This record gives sequence, C-alpha cells and structure tokens, in this order.
Amino acid sequence: MEIDARGITYKALNESLRQAMAHGASDIVVRNVNGQRYIGTNLQREVRLELHGTPGNDLGAFMDGPSIVVHGNVQDGTGNTMNSGSIVVHGHAGDALGLAARGGTILVQGGAGYRAGIHMKEYQGIGPRIVIGGMAQDFLGEYMAGGVLVVLGLSGISAGKIRARFVGTGMHGGAIFLRGTVESHQLGKEVGVAALTDEDVAVLAELVGEYCEHFGGSPSDIMAMDFVKLFPLYLRPYGRLYAY
Amino acid sequence: MAAMMKSFLPTKFVVERDPARCINCKVCVNQCTFNVHYFDEDDGVVRSREENCVGCHRCVVFCPTNALTIRRNPLEYRANQNWQPEVIEDILKQAESGGMLLTGMGNDKGHKIYWDHLLLNASQVTNPSIDPLREPMELSTYIGRKPDKVEFGPGGEMLTELPPQVMLETPIMFAAMSYGAVSLNVQKSLARAARELGTLWNTGEGGLHPSLAEYAPNTIVQVASGRFGVHSEYLRAARIVEIKIGQGAKPGIGGHLPGEKVTSEVSQTRMIPVGTDALSPAPHHDIYSIEDLRQLIYAIKEATDYEKPVSVKIAAVHNAAAIASGMVRAGADMIVLDGLRGATGAAPKAIRDNVGIPIELALASVDTRLRQEGIRNLASLVVSGGLRSSGDVAKAIALGADAVYIGTAALIALGCHVCQQCHTGKCTWGICTSDPALTKRINPEIGAQRAVNLVRGWSLEIKDMLGGMGVNAIESLRGNRLHLRGVGLNDTELEILGVKSAGT
Repeated sequence: MEIDARGITYKALNESLRQAMAHGASDIVVRNVNGQRYIGTNLQREVRLELHGTPGNDLGAFMDGPSIVVHGNVQDGTGNTMNSGSIVVHGHAGDALGLAARGGTILVQGGAGYRAGIHMKEYQGIGPRIVIGGMAQDFLGEYMAGGVLVVLGLSGISAGKIRARFVGTGMHGGAIFLRGTVESHQLGKEVGVAALTDEDVAVLAELVGEYCEHFGGSPSDIMAMDFVKLFPLYLRPYGRLYAY
Repeated sequence: MAAMMKSFLPTKFVVERDPARCINCKVCVNQCTFNVHYFDEDDGVVRSREENCVGCHRCVVFCPTNALTIRRNPLEYRANQNWQPEVIEDILKQAESGGMLLTGMGNDKGHKIYWDHLLLNASQVTNPSIDPLREPMELSTYIGRKPDKVEFGPGGEMLTELPPQVMLETPIMFAAMSYGAVSLNVQKSLARAARELGTLWNTGEGGLHPSLAEYAPNTIVQVASGRFGVHSEYLRAARIVEIKIGQGAKPGIGGHLPGEKVTSEVSQTRMIPVGTDALSPAPHHDIYSIEDLRQLIYAIKEATDYEKPVSVKIAAVHNAAAIASGMVRAGADMIVLDGLRGATGAAPKAIRDNVGIPIELALASVDTRLRQEGIRNLASLVVSGGLRSSGDVAKAIALGADAVYIGTAALIALGCHVCQQCHTGKCTWGICTSDPALTKRINPEIGAQRAVNLVRGWSLEIKDMLGGMGVNAIESLRGNRLHLRGVGLNDTELEILGVKSAGT
C-alpha cells in the first residue's frame, strides 16, 4: 500500500499510517516524506515501512516492532528510546541517533552526527545494535550502559581516521567497535581500548554482514580492516566523586 | 597508598539506655542497620557504638520496654553564629574524603516557610459558614488542559472536544519516588493507597516494576533524562506521562542512584548493569531548547494516541514564571513545580542546600503570570516541596495550585524519621533501600493503610476548612488569594504572593 506524504502534517500522516495498519496493511510505502516527525512511533506491530524522502526528527521514537527502511537522510533523534524493531537508512543520520535505545537495530549507510548511541541500555545481553557506515561526531556513546555501537568510517571527509572527541564519556556498559585508531585524548577517562576478542569478532562480523546485505560492499574486505574495541574501565565511573 | 587518616568527626547522637528497663532482648541489635547496638557476650549486656548512630529512632520505637532514647550529642562548641557545628563537620568530612558530600531528604536550613506566614479565612456573620457534616464538600479535581471556551449544540450536547482529563477524588497525589530510591514495597503501598483514595501515584525515574502493572490506571509514569524503564508499554499503561526536567532537591543536575542500591531487580527494571551508579544526565540529551521540549512532548503524545495528559516537572528556580509560560506553550497539559524543600534519595548537599527557591513564591508567580498571559487554563498546576499538612495543601490551592504532590509526608506516614541517610541504602524503616532483608520491614497492606489514613485525614480537614470559609467546593478556593492573609511578611513578599496583610 502506498501513501503520498506531500503537504500533510505529521499528525495526519501518522494517523493515516495507524489507520492503514488497523485495516491490516503490513507493508506500507510512503513517498515524498519531507520533515514529518515521529513516524513509526505508535505502530506496535511488526509492520514494514518504506520511506522515500527525508523523515523529520524522532523517527521511530519509543518504537516497538516495526521495520523501517529509509531512502534518504534522517534527522535528529532517530530511534529515540527505541525498544525493538529496526531502522535502515540509505543516507546519513543527524544527532542523538538511538538515544537511550533499549533494543532493536539501526543501520546507517552514511555518517551520523553528535551524541550517536548516547545512553544506550541493555539487560542480560539483549540490547540495541547500531552500525554507522561513515563517520560519527563528538560524544559518541556517551553514558553508554549497554548494547553494541559500530563505526566503520567507510566514507566521510576523513574516512578511516576517527576525529570524534569525548567518545564514551561516562561509559559504564556495552561496547564500541571503531575501525581505525583513536588517541586517548579523544576518549572519556572511563574508556579502555583493547583489541577484539574472538567473541567480539563474531559479533562484529554479524553486524558487518547485515550492513553489507542492505548497502552492498564486501564483508570480508571490511572485516580485514583494523578495528579497536572501546569498553568501560569501571562499573562505577563516577563512584569516587561522592562522599557518603 | 596514602597514610591512614584518623577521623576528627565527633559523634552526632548519644544513645541513652535505661538499665532499669533494658531486658537485653536484643531487638535493638537486630533492628539497627548502622551497627550501633551490639550484644557484649562477655558481660551479657547490650551496648551501643554511639558514633554510628544516625538518629533514625527505629530502636526507640521497637524497644519493648521503652528503654531507649536518642539525644543530640551535647558536645558544646564555643558560640559562633558563622562557624556552626554542622559546617565544621562538613569541612572535616570533605577533608577526609575529597568528594562531593551526599545527603538524602530535603533542605533542612531555616529558609522562611511561607506556609507558616499565610493564614486562611473563615466566614463569620456576613457570609454563613457551611457545615461539612450536613452538606457535601467537593474536593474532586480535574487534571488536564482546559479549552478556551466550550460550545454546546441545540440539544444541549457539548460540541467542543475536551483534551484528556484525569479526575482525582482529592487534590493530593503521591510524589515521584523511583524504584531504587525507595523499595518496591513502598511503591506498592502508595499505588494501593492511590487506587483506594481515587488519586494518583508517580513511578519516579526508575521505571515501572511489572508487579505494579495492575495499578496502571492510577499511575503517573516518568520519562526522565536517563530514560530508565521507558518503553511503549510503560507509556501506554500510564494515566499521565510526566517528563522530568528537574526536581527541587537538586535543580539543574541529574538524578543519582548509588550503585549500592542497584540490585538485580533494580538493574532489570532500569536496564543497566548491577551495582553501577544509575546516573540520569543533567539535561535530557534531546532537549536543549524549548522547541526540543515541545518535540518530546509531542513524541509522547504521538506514542500514546493523544489520549493522556503530558506533564512536565521542573524545580522551582529563578524566572519560574517565564519557564512555566514556555512549557505551557510547548504543549504541556500539566506543570509540576518542585520547591526548595523537595526531598531526594541522594543529592549533593551543596546543591540541595543552596539551589532553588521556596515553592510558595514560585507557585504564586507562575499562577499570576499564566493568568496575566491568558493561558492559565491550558495546563494544570501541581506543586510539591515539603508540604507537611492539610493547611499547607489548602494554602497551596488558594495560591493557585490545582493539586499537590506529597513525598516526604507520605514516607513519614510509612515510618520515615527524616534521618537523611537515604543515600546509604541502609534505611532501618525499610523505605529507601533495596536490601531484601530491610524491604520486608514495609508490609504493603499496612503501608497502604497508613498512606490512605494520612490523605483521608487531610482531606477531611480541608473539607472542614472549606466549610469554614463558606464554600462547598475546592474550585472556589483555587487561586482565590482573597482567602489568604499574610503575617510577618514584608511588602515585596506580600506582593509576590498576591495576598494582603492580616488586619486589612
């Protein structure tokens, strides 16, 4: 089923998506998306949405279930506090990608802005997975408490050379896999750097495989590149700031 | 490793045990979690390590023979208005630890309590008072955005579609206290009490434990900066969704649940590793402007089909009036102002004691400003921050509040003695702890009964006050500053509060 989003408000668009779903549609294509916000927010089932154009902020906010594919760029807050489902972006992402995400998968072909993966969470191994194909900016993975965040650096101005600063400040869970090298002054004090274990390689390979499935490229070529793992040094990074 | 420092901190409390009454039953030994009482095997008597006492009175209340009392250590310093004992001891503590001093509960400094300077009216002669025993007094309160006008059709049917409204049987709700800051049994007690009273309780920023899902129709869920426990089920179950921007105990900084209190159950509800500090960052990292706030408000409205009021809670700070106006225009259906004396499970003492303003002043100026701008109807105004009695509640409503939140008062009803050790997780009353051995000390059935009793008592008192004023509905008191007079207040204070001086 197809919906033309040209000239309609986000409220009307989201309402018509809900109506379509209520009438049994499980595969919806939306064309001419131009800045409408909160798409995919209130669809609690595993529907498939294909969006053409530029969705507005908070795409998939609080999302639980749907699979969204975007042919275009996405803006800020994509996957905000997302619970489950997936968002695949054939383009770039704005700031705060996957903020406070609790589950689900986000794959971005291009780069992401600031604060990607901030405050991601997980419980007993179930957590969000975010893969950014291009570059990510400052405050990547800030306050991370769980999940997996991958930055491939395959495109962007300084492809392969990480320029983000304040990476992982306040990190106390989860893991970040970065292609290339990163200097200690770019990282939060709470962040440790290590080589990938076999387990890590398996996790990364799975995510790289998914990325290539959607966006092309050779998984083996990517896996042959140099990756580092960022992990939290302390369970309680701020434990010593307080006196009891 | 640094050389071991001897602590210079003097003992705060002295335990007085009456030997004529003490039967060495060891109840105090079992009840104390601060390692004060112990049984001396050799001498066969119970003794006390007074240096550990925090003044929580658990042992006093539970001693079967009333053998115990607690006194402040009568250690006399040379009189000094500037260098008070507490200040001296804070410096010593900091010299010994090098960190931010943490504390629990609300501001305990002697800032003016304006409730104690405001007095209510009663009807005499010119207006008759109404007898609440004979005539019904209405306390019901509707929370939600009210439209600018209401239109009716030819048959008397209402044409205007009302935004979502939530009815409270009494204008008193239970304040946000997160799971982790307080125990599950405390939340169960308040949830049950809220259901019985026909009012609401608030989950705080720790998420909603699955065992409390049955209380959803009486639940306000919070979306705080840490987004703990926030998922679509949570949002859809709630009666009201509240975005927490700040709280009175620690305006401007985020929340902090010490790792000691993050047990596996807390970890599961919050989705963070066990034993880690649960930090809610200072701002929501997707709210950096008023437009961003509007974005989150509408994200929540979209996620909940526009079926529930969305509340925004801030600490009472400078320019609260302008901030509140912005929040209302950003789409909030309910505004919560939490004043200087609001409590917390853990906050840096320096922030708790120095940041924020009293709720009475914030309330008056916000209500006045919203009325002046003609937007007072767009959001319900709820206040909190150390409200202690039905008198405080009635005065808050007279100053303009639609309803109030009580936090500390509700915990005191459950047994809290305000010893300010919440951040240690060792609460002997079983209130603000995650230790399963201690949380058992609160029985939710009894806890609910106590909370219901408190709110019922206050509600009856408010009804008496209303009748005394010659009105029969709380709506007639709401924002009606003419029913208040001030005593011991200067002109500026009277002007901000919008009340006249007693005698005029």
